[in-house]
Amino acid sequence: MNFKEQRDLFRTKKVSAKEAVQESIKKINGDNLNIFINSFQSEALKQAEFIDNNFDKFKDAPLSGVPIAHKDIFCTKGLPTTCGSKMLENFVPPYDSTVIHNCNEAGSVMVGKTNMDEFAMGSSNETSYFGPVSNPWNSDLVPGGSSGGAAACVAADITSISTGTDTGGSIRQPAALCGVTGLKPTYGLVSRWGMIAFCSSMDQAGPFSRDAFGCAALLDAMASYDSKDSTSTERPDKNFENLLAKDFGSLKIGVIKDIDNFGINPDVMQSYEVSKTVLSALGHELKEVDFSELSTGICSYYVIAPAECSSNLSRFDGVKYGYRASDQKDISKLYMETRSEAFGDEVKKRILIGTHVLSAGFYDAYYLQAQKVRRMIKNKFESIFKDVDLIFMPTTLDQAFEKNRESNDPNRMYKEDLLTIPANLAGLPAISFPNGFKNNLPIGGQFVGNYFSEDLLLATTNRIQEVSDWHKMTP
Amino acid sequence: MAQNDTIIKGWQPVIGLEVHVQLMTNTKLFSPAKNKFGEDANTLVDLIDMGLPGVLPVLNEGAMKQGIKFGLATSAKIAKTMIFDRKNYFYPDLPKGYQITQLHFPIVKDGVVDVNGKEIRIHQAHLEEDAGKSMHDKYDNKSVIDLNRSGVPLLEIVSEPDIRSAAEAVDYLKKIHQIITYLDISDGNMSQGSMRCDANISIMRPEAEEYGTRAEIKNINSFKFVEKAINFEIKRQIKLLENGGTVEQETRLYDSVKDETRSMRTKEFANDYRYFPCPDLVPTNISPELIEEVRKDMDELPEEKEARFRSEYNLGDYEAQVLCSEKTTANFYEEVCKVSDPALSAKWIIGEVNALLNKHDVSLNESNINTKNFSNLILKIKDGTISGKIAKEVLEEMWEEGSDPIEIIKSKGLEQISDEGELEAIAQAVIDNNSSQVEAYKSGKDKLFGFFVGQVMKETQGKANPGAVNQILKKLLAN
Repeated sequence: MNFKEQRDLFRTKKVSAKEAVQESIKKINGDNLNIFINSFQSEALKQAEFIDNNFDKFKDAPLSGVPIAHKDIFCTKGLPTTCGSKMLENFVPPYDSTVIHNCNEAGSVMVGKTNMDEFAMGSSNETSYFGPVSNPWNSDLVPGGSSGGAAACVAADITSISTGTDTGGSIRQPAALCGVTGLKPTYGLVSRWGMIAFCSSMDQAGPFSRDAFGCAALLDAMASYDSKDSTSTERPDKNFENLLAKDFGSLKIGVIKDIDNFGINPDVMQSYEVSKTVLSALGHELKEVDFSELSTGICSYYVIAPAECSSNLSRFDGVKYGYRASDQKDISKLYMETRSEAFGDEVKKRILIGTHVLSAGFYDAYYLQAQKVRRMIKNKFESIFKDVDLIFMPTTLDQAFEKNRESNDPNRMYKEDLLTIPANLAGLPAISFPNGFKNNLPIGGQFVGNYFSEDLLLATTNRIQEVSDWHKMTP
Repeated sequence: MAQNDTIIKGWQPVIGLEVHVQLMTNTKLFSPAKNKFGEDANTLVDLIDMGLPGVLPVLNEGAMKQGIKFGLATSAKIAKTMIFDRKNYFYPDLPKGYQITQLHFPIVKDGVVDVNGKEIRIHQAHLEEDAGKSMHDKYDNKSVIDLNRSGVPLLEIVSEPDIRSAAEAVDYLKKIHQIITYLDISDGNMSQGSMRCDANISIMRPEAEEYGTRAEIKNINSFKFVEKAINFEIKRQIKLLENGGTVEQETRLYDSVKDETRSMRTKEFANDYRYFPCPDLVPTNISPELIEEVRKDMDELPEEKEARFRSEYNLGDYEAQVLCSEKTTANFYEEVCKVSDPALSAKWIIGEVNALLNKHDVSLNESNINTKNFSNLILKIKDGTISGKIAKEVLEEMWEEGSDPIEIIKSKGLEQISDEGELEAIAQAVIDNNSSQVEAYKSGKDKLFGFFVGQVMKETQGKANPGAVNQILKKLLAN
């Protein structure tokens, strides 16, 4: 069921919040894709009853009476928050993240926390300490990552909306691989308070839903200026749901010159070409833009993200909370054993890379260079957006792939983020939506927009979804 | 360049100080927890100070304004944009595994302070957060951590290597102490750790063009130890070099019990702090308007106060300087002057009160002397109720008991005897009882005059008005 139908059933009192939650819980208990790390069934039922008892107060809230699943990266007061890691397996935060708080206020009911790559590092959901998630379309395949559980949750129809985070594509890539819609907002639109940091300068939370409508409503709930996050942007609130209907007229849409040189799978390319004709048919003007620097983004990203993560993850030392190696006699042993035992291989690898690129003697060659490339990409986007309103490209190079591919070819996995990373480097908003289907598997396309153009991204996607059915397909 | 009197055995010491000053803000540098000393362990700790997963720092603008004040007071450049960096290292009382500090774009740059007429340059002053406190001797086999100090704002003031002797280092440190207490940005209490000092020390031949290799002494916590530690280190380096050795670039600790410095960490084991800009804090712009706002809000600086004291209270350079050396003393003096004679008050503060403070090594506001009882003392001296000698006694009593001088004078019957008839009777009795001394005096032994004065004082237990006694004795002995 899509989000709007579900919310309408609540608003018209045809289905209570409690009944909707019971339905989601039933599906969670029958889930064999390993989508959830923890589900909070009694808490959810209690909250649903509270909303039902206060129907008038919540009736018009953006997410009224709708069950929601949150990525297990958002701190939930009194309820475990693992970030997909053994390190935080038993960690119970004493506070709610702003995203959780906002979603609660907006009338949604959290039914559980979804599986994810450990500390959001990965593109297949296989680095989770709690085991991989299977793709709802084919359980031999990965759902993408790092928000793999969140995307699979919506694709498998367990909830109609879920939250995720996107540092290098972690919302858009799993959205593409699972056949749902996912939006990475402009950096600073959604507060990072209470969201466990991976790469602070790029991490951004955003919504998943089957369609642009659900994403708009969830974004209405999530986005808010937050004085607790210094990188949060103070700006007038937009109502994204209302703006879906706004006519932005005929747009200039940038398509990237020689994009087939990036090694995109022919099936993905074919869907891309079809979507371009749809866009033209909707009255938009396609304009070829040169963005040959696009591929350098990945090099920059895999220096900056590990650098920040090596620092962000230093707090997990066994001293204050989380996992602690037992029977250690001195403090450096405690650090080493705790971190050796409780971090997975991918996390360790990135901490090592990050530590290296920030070290004296390497900082200039790696970190500073990477920042220059980042600025170059940002500048390039800014110049492109002088000529076009949106950029359109595939979300991923490929469709969902088999589990265990990563261990055979890690560089290929990193390359998987080639088309999503540039938006993170520049802090731009981008949306991925289902735009094709091949081999019984979904394909995703994405729009990248200028800063704070989420309304345009959502409305344009919505317009496509009014004339197409890709987003309606279910496994 | 070098002043000759700072050269020791042909070596010129070169010293730079890094002074950490805890700022007196309401809340911490990046969290809403209270910034206060001496509370129960871990009672002033926010989620942010614990470094919980998902928390983010938000800059305390009060701390920023205090940094700007310091910059203005030292004629420094205030950053148009300041940037916070992360300094990464593991330590149990550093909850995040990094300290947020400022490396390349500090709030204050290129300042200068006047120390005994010499300019000592300040390379920079930057804002950073303090760490928590590890305690290893509270429980057997257990170390515990108090995070109350975690996140307390610090201003680290880094001097250029312009200091040439241990004594000058202490004077510089006292100058910094004076500035921060005048600005009211810190209490500068070294024993409580709100002002701490690291000293970088090297030695060179006076004619050499390059500085020698320096050693850094960490965390020296009193003016006295700063002097001792630096002097020890200079001697150590001279001995080392004169015996053909080399100074190693290293971090050393000062042991005040043994009065020596010891190696803590050599260069090859030095931490690589992997500094990089903190992505959780956006670069902070400091507008000219904000700087003006801070300037208007600034308290009078020592030099300004001295000048005002000279004109307002008619004081000399020396008196004004001594009274203004500490803000508490200057404020005390001004309060006293509201009701008491400025010249007499100045004389007594600079002389007797300071002597007591130095003797007991406490500050004025820690003592029993307050403006009320001190004003009364000055009043009683001024109106002749007590002599200077008796006043010293009364002051001692005030110091010990905190009691009011009027009460002390009354209960001990210390009023000065100025009544001429009474004094004359006593003086006459002294003359009558010491006829041989009177003979001798009259035959030319002038020095014996003091003897008669002493006798009168003895008879009156020191309460006789000395001027009156002189006059009366002269009159009686002339007969």
